[in-house]
Amino acid sequence: MSDRLEIRKTFKLVINGAFPRSESGRSYEVQSAQGGFWANAAQASRKDLRDAVVAARAAQGKWWSATAYNRGQILYRWAEMAEERRDELAEHVRASEGVSRDAAQATVSAAIDRIVWYAGWTDKITQVLGGANPVAGPFFNFSLPTPSGVVVVFAPQDDSLLGFVECVLAPLAVGNTVVAVTSTTRPTPAMVLAEMTETSDFPAGVVNVLSGFVDELAPHAATHGDVDGLDLSGVDEGADELARLAAGTIKRVYRPRPLEGDPLRRLRSFVETSTVWHTIGQ
Amino acid sequence: MVHAALVDSLNTVSSSLLRPTSESERLASSSARVASEAELRSLIRGLGGVDAVGVEARSAKLATRSLKKASKVAAIDLAISMVDLTTLEGADTPGRVRSLCTKAMYPDASDPTTPSVAAVCVYPDLVAHARFVLGSSPVAVASVATAFPSGRASLQVKLLDVAEAVAAGADEIDMVIDRGAFLSGRWGQVFDEIVAVKAACGSAHLKVILETGELVTYDNIRAASWIAMLAGADFIKTSTGKVTVNATLPTALVMLEAVRDFSELTAQRVGVKVAGGIRSTKDALKYLVVVNETAGSAWLHPDAFRFGASSLLNDLLMQRRKQRTGAYIRPDELSGD
Amino acid sequence: MDSNLPSTLGSFSYDPAPESAAIARLQSSYGLFINGAFTAPENHAQFATVNPATGHVLATVAQASDADVDRAVAAARHAYETQWSKTTGAERAKYLFRIARLIQERSRELAVVETLDNGKPIRESRDIDVPLAAAHFFYYAGWADKLEHAGFGPAPQPLGVAGQIIPWNFPLLMAAWKLAPALAAGNTCVLKPAETTPLSALILAEILQQAELPAGVVNIITGDGSTGSALVQHPDVNKIAFTGSTDVGRLIQERVASSHKRLTLELGGKGANIVFDDAPIDEVVEGIIDGIFFNQGHVCCAGSRLLVQESVAEEVTRRLLRRVDQLRVGDPMDKNTDVGAINSAAQLARIEELVEWGEREGATRYDANCTLPSEGFWFKPTVFTNVDQSHRIARDEIFGPVLSVLTFRTPEEAVAKANNSVYGLACGVWSEKGSRTLWVAQRLRAGVIWANTYNKFDPASPFGGVRESGFGREGGRHGLEAYLNV
Repeated sequence: MSDRLEIRKTFKLVINGAFPRSESGRSYEVQSAQGGFWANAAQASRKDLRDAVVAARAAQGKWWSATAYNRGQILYRWAEMAEERRDELAEHVRASEGVSRDAAQATVSAAIDRIVWYAGWTDKITQVLGGANPVAGPFFNFSLPTPSGVVVVFAPQDDSLLGFVECVLAPLAVGNTVVAVTSTTRPTPAMVLAEMTETSDFPAGVVNVLSGFVDELAPHAATHGDVDGLDLSGVDEGADELARLAAGTIKRVYRPRPLEGDPLRRLRSFVETSTVWHTIGQ
Repeated sequence: MVHAALVDSLNTVSSSLLRPTSESERLASSSARVASEAELRSLIRGLGGVDAVGVEARSAKLATRSLKKASKVAAIDLAISMVDLTTLEGADTPGRVRSLCTKAMYPDASDPTTPSVAAVCVYPDLVAHARFVLGSSPVAVASVATAFPSGRASLQVKLLDVAEAVAAGADEIDMVIDRGAFLSGRWGQVFDEIVAVKAACGSAHLKVILETGELVTYDNIRAASWIAMLAGADFIKTSTGKVTVNATLPTALVMLEAVRDFSELTAQRVGVKVAGGIRSTKDALKYLVVVNETAGSAWLHPDAFRFGASSLLNDLLMQRRKQRTGAYIRPDELSGD
Repeated sequence: MDSNLPSTLGSFSYDPAPESAAIARLQSSYGLFINGAFTAPENHAQFATVNPATGHVLATVAQASDADVDRAVAAARHAYETQWSKTTGAERAKYLFRIARLIQERSRELAVVETLDNGKPIRESRDIDVPLAAAHFFYYAGWADKLEHAGFGPAPQPLGVAGQIIPWNFPLLMAAWKLAPALAAGNTCVLKPAETTPLSALILAEILQQAELPAGVVNIITGDGSTGSALVQHPDVNKIAFTGSTDVGRLIQERVASSHKRLTLELGGKGANIVFDDAPIDEVVEGIIDGIFFNQGHVCCAGSRLLVQESVAEEVTRRLLRRVDQLRVGDPMDKNTDVGAINSAAQLARIEELVEWGEREGATRYDANCTLPSEGFWFKPTVFTNVDQSHRIARDEIFGPVLSVLTFRTPEEAVAKANNSVYGLACGVWSEKGSRTLWVAQRLRAGVIWANTYNKFDPASPFGGVRESGFGREGGRHGLEAYLNV
């Protein structure tokens, strides 16, 4: 460090392709793993969540009606952006998670590779999860995976970058739009990645990222009528109650399990199966 | 789809197509012909398509209707009265026609309450024999004409065929449409031929055979039904009985929908005749159910629905006896004609 | 028909063609099917199940208490641990094939029982419910030894004990939809039939005995909502599969939220049947009829909202009403009946209430021209025209023979109106233009889309909803997911 007084950055929210501060005018101090000031983060409010859901809903039709190839291109572009700024990401992972530089670099590599992995899924998932159904009658019948719609993600608290990537990319790859809430205490790796959505050709509103407190935001997400899916990966205590609240509007709820039987579970969690019958005749 | 606007175009088409012009005049003014063919086409296209799966599902569902007791007895008698007892073989002789006519008048010799059939159906050269045998009985003489069954002859030959049959005493003429013309899109020609044949029929009723087995699609069958009705058919008929696919229940359903819709627009009741392959009472009753639930009870009359058949009659008679006596009879109790 | 037409021989009535009720061979009372045998419930409580077409009692069935539920779950757990989880897929398959075949062998009896207990026309129970139930067992039988190829990882495992709660609209078929994939995947089951339609499931229990399915692999317990509730809350159940109303589904989702139970829900709907001006009109009319009057409209995926393009609305409505008058409403046991009895007094009351709302809100009501039997629970096929999206009858699931007709102007508007519902189970699209049909299908938020047809079901075809119509699929490869630990 030089003698120069550093410029401290406040990480803002990502809502509808813009970078607002919280409408509540609040922010909170983020500490590094070693203790000590690391950054300021916007403290998203219920209304920020609401705005993000509105943006995500508005963008969902556009995101889903883009070609799968195009969605894959955009997700891959995100990985390119991340690769370019990988040192910055690693620095945030190191500071947030208190790991070595090498370990942080490895995490970043894994996260970027995971983005690329998901980018490749956009135009394959339909064939893997869908197909023709041989019904006993004069009908052409096929099933297609379609997105649930708007998914609110509470990203893992500890695994600040790779966990965020898993939670956000899976629903995105299958055509959902996402409102993601980062790790509360370790928001900055995810926020840096979120900033890159600006230069990755995402339509506004496809990826919305909030930093803030689970207790404050999650009940509103769980009860919000226009939220179709809820990923509670980042919620420990209170997850049962949130799942209960989510039942009010029959939401799809993802909760991690100790042993996952199928590596595609995340991809399957926020897709619906839409089955079309059409008559066959001369 | 048939909607109110169609009534107007129907009138336009009818007036332009039904102008009292001779065939030669019509051919001379080919431009007028094209215009009216275009109108005919647009009218029929306006009817919309037929979904094959839906038609077949509907007819299959109707085929599950169960007729019991008195309704079955009545339906069997109705079916007998709707039979066009038919012989259309190269080997037909006056003797064969005579026994057929006798059977037509007295289907079940042992039971005089048995209704007679609607008509006998023969080739034109045997019409006179049939007429002679039937005398003044209510059984009509129907004759296939127009180079039956293929229809592959000049219009002149076809008209002569019709004229001879009518002159010999035919009450009804079963003509075939020119399927070649229809399938190659010359709908105006199909129409014109029917108009010409109708004129040649004089007071005889005209049944127009679409030969649905060669038209193949329900869209075609609906279109041909409308062409025939617009051109003046008294009946539209499924088949000659001479190709692989004859009358089927869904085909009849499509044709009955056509006559129903036509009558709604014009208040004219065009009849439907199903022919070929209908051999059992069970099958015949299925057709009557489809008639009843599609066109309605106004078509449950020999003037509006016919079965072109031969062996069907004896099965109807056997079932009739069974319904009356409770016992099945030996086939030999009925005449084999 | 046009009155100008000549009168004719005319009347062509169908005499009554009733199926024989004796074929059902019903017993006067039934116990709980637990651990392979019919047993009396804990406190010997029985309740009556009635024929909705007459109101007469058909039999009494056991009211399972919490302790009975406990016994059933224990039997299922024991069977899972000691036997079923050790039975190979190939062996499980053979049991399922046996069950399928036995359903076919006893199809007439099952159809009669179903119609007596449910009120649906015998034509439907005979031609649809029972054959499809058998087909489901046949279909999933084949999956039992091929799970590793189903796309859920290399060695998908069963969940354990599945608690399954089914509705009264397709009692046997829903039992088949639940049991067949669960058993194929290697789970054991506790099935609770609906309170008003328990009988066909109890005949199915006899079939399971005939098939020599090991004791406890399937347990069938009858009862009211409290029985279902006990099953949902039972700590030793690993999976709940529910088909029924969205309100109950919500409660169940809430109750299992704090457990590790897996859940699939197949809930209500308000299906839109979209008719474009180029659609094949005669088939459209049949499709609308099938869409809303099939099974008295007691169908979660019923096409209860007809969305018809304005340019043909008059024509379609005219033909529809003519067709509605042809429906043969009455004795469900008559082979010529098209529309049978409403399943229960409670359901009838709900239908009546919503129909009153429709009238009060100013929609135009048309009742089918038919006479209803004097006994039992009946409602005339009803069509409301001049319905708008704000009307309650365009939003609430009526679950009865009541159609709401709305209009639209453009494909865009059709899709917007179809999607303007909290439900998303099924929709119909009628057009001869393939590109537009696919355009619409792509945009409809629904689990099932029928193009130029409606209310078709097949074991190979996934069925289930989006949004508040539930989650999870039944049928096809997708249906296995609900019963595998994946």
